[in-house]
Amino acid sequence: MPDLSHLRADFPILHQQVSGHPLVYLDSAASSQKPRQVIDALVRYYERDNANVHRGLHELSNRATEQFEAVRGKVARLLNAESPDEIIFNRGTTEGINLVSQLWANHFLRPGDVILTTGMEHHSNLVPWQIAASRSGAIVKYVPVLEDGTLDLPALQALLHEGPVKLLSCVHVSNSLGTINPVADICAWARARGITTLVDGAQAVGHLPVDVRAIGCDFYVFSGHKICAPTGIGVLYGRRSVLATLPPWHGGGEMIDSVTLEGSTYKDAPARFEAGTPDIAGVIGLGAAIDYLEAIGIDTIHQHGRQLIHTTLEKLAEVPGLRVLGPPLPAERATLAAFTLTGTHPHDLVEYANTQGIALRGGHHCTQPLMRRFQVPGTSRASFYFYNTHAEVDRLVQVLHQAVKFFS
Amino acid sequence: MAPGDDLRALYQQIILDHTRHPRNQGRLEGPDCYHARGHNPACGDEVEVWVKFGPQGQIEHIRFEGQGCAISQASASLMTLKLQGATPTAARALLADFHALISGQGQVQNEEALGELRALEGVQKFPQRLRCATLAWKAAEQLLPQAQLPAT
Repeated sequence: MPDLSHLRADFPILHQQVSGHPLVYLDSAASSQKPRQVIDALVRYYERDNANVHRGLHELSNRATEQFEAVRGKVARLLNAESPDEIIFNRGTTEGINLVSQLWANHFLRPGDVILTTGMEHHSNLVPWQIAASRSGAIVKYVPVLEDGTLDLPALQALLHEGPVKLLSCVHVSNSLGTINPVADICAWARARGITTLVDGAQAVGHLPVDVRAIGCDFYVFSGHKICAPTGIGVLYGRRSVLATLPPWHGGGEMIDSVTLEGSTYKDAPARFEAGTPDIAGVIGLGAAIDYLEAIGIDTIHQHGRQLIHTTLEKLAEVPGLRVLGPPLPAERATLAAFTLTGTHPHDLVEYANTQGIALRGGHHCTQPLMRRFQVPGTSRASFYFYNTHAEVDRLVQVLHQAVKFFS
Repeated sequence: MAPGDDLRALYQQIILDHTRHPRNQGRLEGPDCYHARGHNPACGDEVEVWVKFGPQGQIEHIRFEGQGCAISQASASLMTLKLQGATPTAARALLADFHALISGQGQVQNEEALGELRALEGVQKFPQRLRCATLAWKAAEQLLPQAQLPAT
């Protein structure tokens, strides 16, 4: 396993005590920590270059615009998009999905149309489609999740053939199971039937190599804060030919071509979908985060994560009464483990871990239908990033053993 | 390293005992039975409470069902023991005292009436768990006005 422990020095927040113990931060699937390089980029921007983008002719505005637009290119390269014009900045994964679902509800969905999604989606890739369906008269159908935490792919294929499916939206990596879905296959099946596809990459980008052209999706969304960037900045990738068919979403400055009192014309993507002053600092922070991750290497981060989760799952299996949800080894898994502990509710376990300095997440993880599917009230989740170490996994397992004794 | 005193205070043996062996678990059915549900959307904890009022308006029977953390379920179980036989006035007074005890805000009026509920005092140090401890009580509180209705 690549030794990345030297990178911990870049993360000021990791070097603190919580409840009298060294912090062990195992909640990166909820939000990642930020390296000094990203924090410095924000400070540098505000101290030196702060100005509005795209509209000024002065030096500061030029600098801000140049840095802002450079990040569009970085994101395009990170995702292997064809063009920076396919990269739309927004507030995050949730907003990206809402943009697509609302435009579809208003312009493309007809009564009886089917929106296909899955039983393992985060609420953010579920509720927007329910709202779109109720507005348009379309129907949402769900691909079932199998006992091993993978999608029922034959059922998915049958559903694609069954009704007039207009759009398929699917998570790349499950935040509650750690499942890595075969999104390239899924998108190929959908595309063969002329179905538009969206992939929720919130847990995938920055953890494993993502190539939107290899996946073949029409839309791909992710959030900056899960990949070392600030909160409040996210990305919607849209295939250029698909973006060209979409009407604007929010109206305002920046997205217009010309405005008269009789009506307005609009710019093409990406400006068409970026009304108003954007989160300039957030975008610059995202750029710094991408630089940071690429300096380590996404492949290296991926390899580190695979080995860390492998060790974690092996050690968790030794904790009495502990059951991990999601695909069992040796399946490919994301770097998170969600589990139940017999007789101990996740909130009690997370509370216990917190008093030992360990940050876990407990609850339904914004996937209530999935919790119902597995008949659990919730789970405890340890999620890792490249700054986590084997020693931290050992500490987690030690504390879980203690917790078993405490609550028995 | 052992867990701290705060944690031991939060999860006293009596709490863990009530979590494992909840008292008055189940439902009540019948014309004078009333039902309310407490739900915490943030964490998914759920407690349903059934009450049957007696002719004098007292709580004749009380049952609960639920799922959630040790604090929410033990608090529900302990509550049913304390509210059994209570008049709505006594129940409201106990509710106010219980809230004062676990939040550390306000004055407890009747120390003696709290009894075993004192085991939940440790919640004071964990303010984010206040909503767990009060979930069942809020459901029961919703039912108290029903006692004013004449039993038929």
